[in-house]
Amino acid sequence: MHYLDHAATTALRPEALAAMQRQWQQVGNPSSLHNAGRQARRTVEESREQIADLIGAKPADIVFTSGGTEADNLAVKGIARSGSKRRVLISAVEHHAVLDPADALVQEGFLVERIPVDADGRVDLVALASLLDDEVALVAVMWANNEVGTIEPIAEIAQMCAQRGIPLHSDAVQILGDPQFEVAAVPSVALSAHKVGGPVGVGALVLDRNLDVKPLIHGGGQERDVRSGTLDAAGIAGFAAALAAPAVDTRPLRDELITGIRQAVPDAILNGDPVRRLANNAHFSFPGCPGDALLMLLDAAHVAVSTGSACTAGIPQPSHVLMAMGADEAAARSSLRFSLGWNSTGEDVLAAVDALPKAVERARRAGGRR
Amino acid sequence: MRVVAALSGGVDSAVAAARLVDAGHDVTGVHLALAEKRYAGGGRGCCTLEDVHDARRAADMLGIAFYVWDFAQRFQETVLDDFLQEYREGRTPNPCVNCNQHIKFAAVLERAQALGFDAVGTGHYARLVDGPDGVELHRAVDPTKDQSYVLGVLDAGQLAASLFPLGDSHKSEVREEAAARGLLVADKPDSHDICFIPDGDTRGFLRDRLGGDSGPIVDEASGARVGTHPGAVGFTIGQRRGLNLRQPAPDGKPRYIVDVDMSSNTVFVGPPARLRVHGFTVDRLRWTGPSDLLAPLIDQVQLRAHADPVTARFTPTGAASGEVTLAQEFSAVAAGQIAVFYQQDRVLGSGRIISTGG
Repeated sequence: MHYLDHAATTALRPEALAAMQRQWQQVGNPSSLHNAGRQARRTVEESREQIADLIGAKPADIVFTSGGTEADNLAVKGIARSGSKRRVLISAVEHHAVLDPADALVQEGFLVERIPVDADGRVDLVALASLLDDEVALVAVMWANNEVGTIEPIAEIAQMCAQRGIPLHSDAVQILGDPQFEVAAVPSVALSAHKVGGPVGVGALVLDRNLDVKPLIHGGGQERDVRSGTLDAAGIAGFAAALAAPAVDTRPLRDELITGIRQAVPDAILNGDPVRRLANNAHFSFPGCPGDALLMLLDAAHVAVSTGSACTAGIPQPSHVLMAMGADEAAARSSLRFSLGWNSTGEDVLAAVDALPKAVERARRAGGRR
Repeated sequence: MRVVAALSGGVDSAVAAARLVDAGHDVTGVHLALAEKRYAGGGRGCCTLEDVHDARRAADMLGIAFYVWDFAQRFQETVLDDFLQEYREGRTPNPCVNCNQHIKFAAVLERAQALGFDAVGTGHYARLVDGPDGVELHRAVDPTKDQSYVLGVLDAGQLAASLFPLGDSHKSEVREEAAARGLLVADKPDSHDICFIPDGDTRGFLRDRLGGDSGPIVDEASGARVGTHPGAVGFTIGQRRGLNLRQPAPDGKPRYIVDVDMSSNTVFVGPPARLRVHGFTVDRLRWTGPSDLLAPLIDQVQLRAHADPVTARFTPTGAASGEVTLAQEFSAVAAGQIAVFYQQDRVLGSGRIISTGG
């Protein structure tokens, strides 16, 4: 199989597996006061320090969670609920882990507004500036888009928000693992272990200690009283080990993939910012081809790719990201995401490029039929 | 062959897919999403998450790929809109027949063929038999489950690209086989309702969408008003329940709906004898092969999915219309119903009933 869906989840790194195996063989709750507990706690704290070091954060800022979705929920709902301001600004291309908690806040009387993006999916800074005022409780803009791969101008946004004293949350799930990535001056950042070769079910919110946040999960207050639940020492060790594993630069393969797809399907359109994009992302629209048909045909050719989001039943939905970038519904249904990972090879890229022309031709024949 | 196995989430389609795999086909499981919205409550709709789940698990057990194909828009534009239009005009449509004609063996088949598949296989109980002039559609061996009626709208091209692996089996065998194969749906109840009306309240569904004012229920013979209906839409010839007549008939016998006049919003009732017909006219003729060869062969007609066939004679009156004369009286024939033509067990074609004659 040629797995080109690493943005959904990537293979476990051997270093992470080894670290988890070591910890799984030990008994001990990190909150216990005896030696077994101390040993588990030591694993957690060493992992915390290691992760903090790798992303340029303070260890004390890291709140471990059950994953990126919980981290986003904790940030969006927790920060918004901690004060009296009632406006929440989120970019129009956020992941559902941010969109849905923001929508839930509407029920509580919050006014949630979308920050528009340009045709490449970059947040419109002029529009953002006009939306910022003293009533804004929170701004949420993802670091890099999970669908089209565009990296957002987070440094500028962080500066704009800091000047007004407005908390900024950024979902950095997709960019984590990029050697250039540092949380720097962003006060709230969501991370996930399994996108970098760690285990599913572990994530973190890197949260400035000066930021007030209302917890979502009560019951022991293990993490700074912000998050409760027994700490998953093995999973956290796996997270740190995956992040510490030697970085793999997927840019050369990504560029090969983009060039190859353009040659194989000349009318394919690369979506997202062509330059400021994730090192592992190639996202294309194939005019006239239903994305789900393409996915199925590539799947049959043992090439695994993604159409973006699907509903619970498994029906692909038109991408809200592409719609926000100005695409019409047909175009928003005719795209595929190819994403590379630490163990991707040139053969994977070749297999995808080889399988595409026939798949595109067949999908196009099925095109008008829905 | 490369085959799309339509997986509804029920036991029949799961066993059909299993048999297609056993027969050596390259099988891909596909569940059709037909309703625009998921229906809360009542797990029997065609698009409930429970059915998607059951279909997916069946595909897992069979080791075949599985996808959900979204045909909600096509379903809306063909089956649902026609369903409402027919009722609006006082006819009684069969949406399952329509779905077979326009969705399962048309939109799905076309998409499958465009994507490189050769055929669509379903869990319908019917047999495909190789005849001298091509493939023939025949009744299933299990008379209690025979579904050749709802397939009577398929033409030769559609039949040639269809597979019905259950036609030679009895339902009980299919359930036993499902259990033996470890399929989790072996004991799942059969579905009976119209898939997009899971609560079975067809008139409620129609009233919500078509509206309608209350109007008179009139005794056809005397012209006397004997009751009030909440809206004529959805009342069907031969129906007795739901009339709430205040006065009994002079002869004390039950009264049935004998006619519905949408233009005057009037429901007419009469004695059961009034329901009996000797024939009717049909349009929208569909044939399983060349019509000139098949039409003269007709010896029976079936008027409902679970009715006994009636000996009949067919006389064409136009390219897509004709008259059917029944050898014996048949009760409660409503315009809009599908008449399926047979020669013995072989399906020859079908037509939509447009008017009945005594």
